[in-house]
Amino acid sequence: MVAEWAFLVCGVVAAVAAWRVVVVADVARAAAALAVAMVAMAPLFVLLAAELVAVVQVLVYLGATVVLFLFAIMLTRGARERAAVPARQGLGTVVAGGLLVPLLMAVRDAFGDAEVHPARVGGTAEVGASMLSGHVIAFEAMSMVLLAALIGAIVLARRD
Amino acid sequence: MQLVQCLSLAAVLFCLGLYGVLVRRNVVMLLMAVELMLNAVNLNLVAFGAFRDSIVGQVFAIFVIAIAAAEVAVGLAIVVLLHRQRSTVEFDELDELKG
Repeated sequence: MVAEWAFLVCGVVAAVAAWRVVVVADVARAAAALAVAMVAMAPLFVLLAAELVAVVQVLVYLGATVVLFLFAIMLTRGARERAAVPARQGLGTVVAGGLLVPLLMAVRDAFGDAEVHPARVGGTAEVGASMLSGHVIAFEAMSMVLLAALIGAIVLARRD
Repeated sequence: MQLVQCLSLAAVLFCLGLYGVLVRRNVVMLLMAVELMLNAVNLNLVAFGAFRDSIVGQVFAIFVIAIAAAEVAVGLAIVVLLHRQRSTVEFDELDELKG
């Protein structure tokens, strides 16, 4: 019962923060709302017994991604965003709403009374073992991707 | 806990991200909206992992987080470069490749 309420509270906070991210005009405030949304997601992962994902979520998103966004906003300051085009807002509402409603109905039809059993899934040790055994090629490829992204970002952004 | 709660929340977050991608014109905002969509996918992966008693959902969620971080690093480097060369971060004005 406590888990249900915690899920509800964190889910509502995450959804409201996500809504603020996409509607607020000031880019810096949107970044702050993004930070709130990312932190609010972490307890949801804990409730699903994915502690490692929750920790990585806070570390990577709050520690790296949001900081990177704030730096980019500072570096591109002065470039004001003009108001959104009403026609495009209408299109966005139609497309996003048109996806959301069938998606929610399909989810309820398909998994109406399915329960999740977070306790039965293994913890951090199993995740680590799985990464370094069955998914070791993906894991190593990931380190190459991160290295390439790091070098690429430096090459793109440096002044020469 | 019910699976449908997780999936519904993920659907809401994904559609908010989609709305952001379609409506915002600042490239930085676009990347933020994409982050929201990726997060919704992570929630789905972990929820289905818990539903199927499988650890693979969590492993994939961590991979997605790493890819998202790489994507943001490169994306924001491009944004900074654009701002330096064109003094704009709105993608409506970036039409060099338009035929």
